[in-house]
Amino acid sequence: MNSIKHPELSTIFNEDEERVNWHDDTLWWIRAKRDKAAHGISEWEILRETASQIKDNVLSNLHQYLIDFEAKAQANGIVVHWAANAEEHNKIVLSLLQKKDIHQMVKSKSMLTEECHLNEYLEKNGIDVIDSDLGERIVQLAKEPPSHIVLPCIHKKKEEIGQLFHEHLGTEFGISDPQILTETARLHLRETFLTRRSALTGVNFAIAETGEFVVCTNEGNADMGAHLADIHIASMGIEKLIPKKKHLSVFLRLLTRSATGQPITTYSSHFKKPRKGQEMHIILVDNGRTVQLGRADFRNSLKCIRCGACMNTCPVYRRSGGHSYHNAIAGPIGAILAPNLDMKEYADLPFASTLCGSCTNVCPVKIDIHDQLYKWRQVIVKEGNTTAAKTMAMKVMDFTLSSPTRYKLAGKIGRWTIKHAPFTVNNKLNLWFKNREMPEAPKESFSEWFKKNK
Amino acid sequence: MSRAQILAAVLNNQPLETLLPADLEFDSPSKDLVIEKFVETITMIGGQVIKIKSLQDIENYISENYLPENRILSQLTELTNYYKFSGDESPHELENTDFAVFNTHFAVAENGAVWITEDQMGHRVLPFITQHLAMVVKAENIVANMHQAYKIIENQDYGFGTFIAGPSKTADIEQSLVLGAHGARSMTIFLLEN
Amino acid sequence: MKVGLFVPCYVDQFYPNAAIATLKLLQKLGVDVYYPPNQTCCGQPMANSGYEHLTGNCNRLFIENFSEFDYIVSPSGSCVLHIKDHLHDEKRESDALNVRHKVYELVEFLTDILKVKEINASFPFKVGLHQSCHGQRGLHLSSMSELVDTPFSKPMQLLNQVKGLEIITLTRPDECCGFGGTFCVVEEAVSSKMGKDRVEDHLMNGAEYITAADMSCLMHMEGILKRKNSNVKVLHIAEILNAE
Repeated sequence: MNSIKHPELSTIFNEDEERVNWHDDTLWWIRAKRDKAAHGISEWEILRETASQIKDNVLSNLHQYLIDFEAKAQANGIVVHWAANAEEHNKIVLSLLQKKDIHQMVKSKSMLTEECHLNEYLEKNGIDVIDSDLGERIVQLAKEPPSHIVLPCIHKKKEEIGQLFHEHLGTEFGISDPQILTETARLHLRETFLTRRSALTGVNFAIAETGEFVVCTNEGNADMGAHLADIHIASMGIEKLIPKKKHLSVFLRLLTRSATGQPITTYSSHFKKPRKGQEMHIILVDNGRTVQLGRADFRNSLKCIRCGACMNTCPVYRRSGGHSYHNAIAGPIGAILAPNLDMKEYADLPFASTLCGSCTNVCPVKIDIHDQLYKWRQVIVKEGNTTAAKTMAMKVMDFTLSSPTRYKLAGKIGRWTIKHAPFTVNNKLNLWFKNREMPEAPKESFSEWFKKNK
Repeated sequence: MSRAQILAAVLNNQPLETLLPADLEFDSPSKDLVIEKFVETITMIGGQVIKIKSLQDIENYISENYLPENRILSQLTELTNYYKFSGDESPHELENTDFAVFNTHFAVAENGAVWITEDQMGHRVLPFITQHLAMVVKAENIVANMHQAYKIIENQDYGFGTFIAGPSKTADIEQSLVLGAHGARSMTIFLLEN
Repeated sequence: MKVGLFVPCYVDQFYPNAAIATLKLLQKLGVDVYYPPNQTCCGQPMANSGYEHLTGNCNRLFIENFSEFDYIVSPSGSCVLHIKDHLHDEKRESDALNVRHKVYELVEFLTDILKVKEINASFPFKVGLHQSCHGQRGLHLSSMSELVDTPFSKPMQLLNQVKGLEIITLTRPDECCGFGGTFCVVEEAVSSKMGKDRVEDHLMNGAEYITAADMSCLMHMEGILKRKNSNVKVLHIAEILNAE
């Protein structure tokens, strides 16, 4: 255990209960908007099933789709790069910029570049990166990672954002009106868009049939960056492919309704060929995805379209905050993706769930998230990423429960203890007791009662 | 190197091929209902609809809402009084555009999205960089849903195409909706009726 | 019809009244109920902690105790779901599969197998129904707020037959209470906060009793209620359906 883990980070988050309530309510409100949008589409469940089947087909035929996509994209004039891991991805970006002697880049939202820690890498190599999504710009100014894949600064209050803008963008002290702050960011980032020669965007969907890719934003920042820059670099995980253009109809209907309850993002831009005089590059990134593809129990996680619905609905995420997951992607989906990248580092995440199953129900591509959480727990324990104390406790439990006699004796002792020596249970060492009373011990168990009364 | 390595790993690890599902087909409501739904959706997502009988009506709208010194761009041949551009200028020169009007292919009732391709934009950046945006949508060109939309797009070729649904927006600060994040502050649909 | 009564370990030890009510209710409805005395636990606490490989003994014991019955009925959705999804035995896999098919949570047994239309019970109080996740999302005891589906609720179908009982409406109809087995101690902070919030929803909407088809959620909420010195009590649904 070499870093602070989810239980400790959530304990810290829960020290301010008012803030937890605020965080929980805000995300629940988004979940409610999602429900309203979903219930407005009578064929919603058929859409989810269709999307799931399309993504299953993608995973089962990914080799051919990648080859098809590359050929079509190249024919369209897009330069295609392949990156086996985060390091290679970052090097490709840097070399593209260096070749054109560019030292400044504007970036729209890309969780993949968060996963690759691209910003830190580029900054170390003398490239100034500005995130243009408002939420991402805010966490960038705060020197924090995003806490949510769709709502990067959902953990920040407007007064804190006002303070950041006061320090970095020169707004008046004490201003926290979202309208004014957004206008300030608009002016600041217009300047950025107009002066940056390079733009990096993420990719929501790439189409094998045509070699084009689609980027969805509400703010228009991806387009502002890409259409003004000399060079547009798009980074995508290899699982973002879909077979045909017509399949976008299914995914674009599901994506934002699941994410925020909107019928569609303001902009759904289809990039097929570079603009006259512009360079367009796409980097296809593996970074552990092919390993996950080989794990039969977990490969479904690669169907994810990054809508964030599982985070908004997760009762644990809402009460622990995105940063408690100490990973680029938080919440239930992060908890099944992260152990594939580093099982030891993220061994705590599959346990940060009650397995309530709400995540699986909201997932627009029907990933069996809570079942995978259960399965990761088994893998993590088998691979030895657990504590000796926990293993010992479980062995004692097995020893007790595997014999009816030992079980009855243990029950008797347990009830006797709670009744006659509550201080041995009701103390600091018992985490249950910290915020909850112990159950009252009845005078006899059901089996004892049954023996007398049958 | 990495290409071969990634492709080999994919081939080795991908599961047995599963079939693609059949295309989704839904009965389309009547044209009147589709138009009504479109107007309702656009309004909901922060846009406005102005019904027009001919493209000349747009000139009236502009003269009522903009000053002579405003920079107004359009490639619509019917609109004669406004600044024309060749498409060869640098996109940066389009900064300070106050209002831009575009022809479009079609619009979608279920989400208010309007489909527009590069040839209709003149410059890819123009629909985004303009302060205020307007699109001409012919009433006959409104489809009910995205499945119908892609039946049209499927057969189109373009360098760049985009769905635009309403003005640019953000809710990143405490989920308060603010219009006019980086793109257009407003979107007007000129709904051309026969 | 021979029915085996499966009483989960913590119900046996801490909530015998829920088990007694289950037994009496089934008997009242004319069911031939047996209680195999050598039962212990379904093994879920180990399996959910990642130690499924240690549940072999529990599985063997469960199959030994219950394979002879036509149905196995239990007052705990969570334990039933565990058996349904995860009961295996290399040496007796077909028996294990058989057990998985015939295990029922009490409510679904009453509505789906016995098709109970009339319950002779009276409980003149305001009751909040807690939808336990494993019963609801796992066993489909009721429709779920996330899905676009025809609304239904098997527990409600039964509670509606109880005289004098008034069901309160919750602000969040099916949020988890945060118990989650060992989650309640491993993730103590989030777990207690979830429990507090769940209880608050019931209190705010005027519940006098909180009920559920799963005693473990109720045990969690009871711990919170008692810490608050609240007068609101928890009762397993069997105790309400058996109340006269």
